Amino acid sequence: MSKFKTYLKHPFSLILLALIILCAFITVASVIFIICYILINGIPNLSLDLFSPKYNSENVSMLPAIINTVSVTLLTLIIAVPVGIFSAIYLVEYAKRGSKIVKVMRVTTETLAGIPSIVFGLFGFLAFVLALGWGYSMIAGVLTLVLMVLPTIIRTTEEALLAVPDTYREGSFGLGAGKLRTIFKIILPSAIPGILSGVILAIGRIVGESAALIFTAGTVAETATSLMSSSRTLSVHLYCLLTEGLYTKQAYATAVVLLLLVLIINGISNFVARKLAKA
Amino acid sequence: MKIVFLLCACISIIAVIAICLFIFLNGVPAIGEIGIFEFIFGTHWKPAANEYGIFPMIVGSIYVTAGAIAIGVPIGLLTAIFLAKYCPKKIYKLIKPLINLLASVPSIIYGFFCLVVIVPVMQSITHTSGKGILTTSILLGVMILPTIINTAESSIRAVPDMYYEGALALGATKERSIIKTVIPAAKSGIMSGIILAVGRAIGETMAVVMVAGNQAVIPNSITSGVRTLTSNIVMEMGYASGLHREALIGTAVVLFVFILIINVCFSLVVRKKEK
Repeated sequence: MSKFKTYLKHPFSLILLALIILCAFITVASVIFIICYILINGIPNLSLDLFSPKYNSENVSMLPAIINTVSVTLLTLIIAVPVGIFSAIYLVEYAKRGSKIVKVMRVTTETLAGIPSIVFGLFGFLAFVLALGWGYSMIAGVLTLVLMVLPTIIRTTEEALLAVPDTYREGSFGLGAGKLRTIFKIILPSAIPGILSGVILAIGRIVGESAALIFTAGTVAETATSLMSSSRTLSVHLYCLLTEGLYTKQAYATAVVLLLLVLIINGISNFVARKLAKA
Repeated sequence: MKIVFLLCACISIIAVIAICLFIFLNGVPAIGEIGIFEFIFGTHWKPAANEYGIFPMIVGSIYVTAGAIAIGVPIGLLTAIFLAKYCPKKIYKLIKPLINLLASVPSIIYGFFCLVVIVPVMQSITHTSGKGILTTSILLGVMILPTIINTAESSIRAVPDMYYEGALALGATKERSIIKTVIPAAKSGIMSGIILAVGRAIGETMAVVMVAGNQAVIPNSITSGVRTLTSNIVMEMGYASGLHREALIGTAVVLFVFILIINVCFSLVVRKKEK
């Protein structure tokens, strides 16, 4: 009650308190509203037909797009994860702290992280599709995405490696292990949860990406048969359905599947993060 | 093996250089051909008539980004204050993952949601097409919330408790202490979050292209349609050729320059903070 009286004496504080609570409420409400709206309106539109293996204009099946999403994600990770981890190993274990290459790397990863996905897409289009003459192809999309997720993987791995106590390194050296052996047998295994959280973040970005893929991997709605065939992922599929404007119901269904995928990935990353906090 | 690690580390450096080279080498000659003044300050974008002025798009990008900041920053900052200073631990455990979820929703889903929910509401309120600066600003304002909330929250938490407690001890109310002592002390961290958010808003493409209206004219009211630099690229790249295509890459050059400026501002603020 006394608290209430103080607030009456200070209308400014009262208004501010009301605004703070209101804004927190707006934030939380908008998250819940967006997710529930998509789920509630989308789930009734899910039908078995939408998961048939063939896409045609009567049945805009999303199964090919789902398969493409999985293959694009896997291919991107196969390239980006080793490159990212190796870069971080160089930065943390080999380069002298504060040396020139570390500074340059810091600036470039920061720049790379800040570049909008449409610019990545345009670069992929100019470099892979036109200059290398690959045409719209899955590999062009994959390479573009690799560049996009590299900063995420490098940064999280770097942090994870830095968090490994120096005593581990010294102990390993003391037992006579070489540098390389120390890195692969001692340091990397204890940094794995941190690296994993970066990889999961990267997966989320790959699955949700559309602007960087439209002009690189193209929009053909069939399951890709080779690295050189054009293929759309689920996000691009949703974009195409919306721009065609004829398939609102199917668009809802696609949005649900995409959102569920992202929710699952997010759930896994929360789980890993919690494990990480406990360890 | 050291060489392999070094080579991998060089890939991201090479990537940045390659991206700059490809975008600039392909875009700058077109800007030269059109004339830098005509390109940047020309108000007519009519590829069919060989007129390539991107001023409307620059203005459009600035308007929607400013709108997003006007909506996103107050809401995000106040939410961050709530999370850092008011929120009970139990509720925090529920809210925090939700906010992180907001960051991982794909932009295409934001665009879709805005198209089916906010656009019709705008239509009935303003009796226009519903697509335009205001709609786009609301959308981007929500999209940048997680960036602002997370950076603001961590910089508010980084302020030593003494500041806050000192203000309380002097008889200030909780809210006054926060606004007058904690927020000024957390200023540079909050600023860096806002700069990041500007970068995100100006570079956002797929969500914006669905709800901005995309008319390539300088907007004359808050509800009229706009075209941003990003949507200009994504809409016409698919079929453009010749000078038209190069002009679109020139649009990306301008966007890229904006982003580089934002990056420089960001690292200046961060460096200042570290000092």
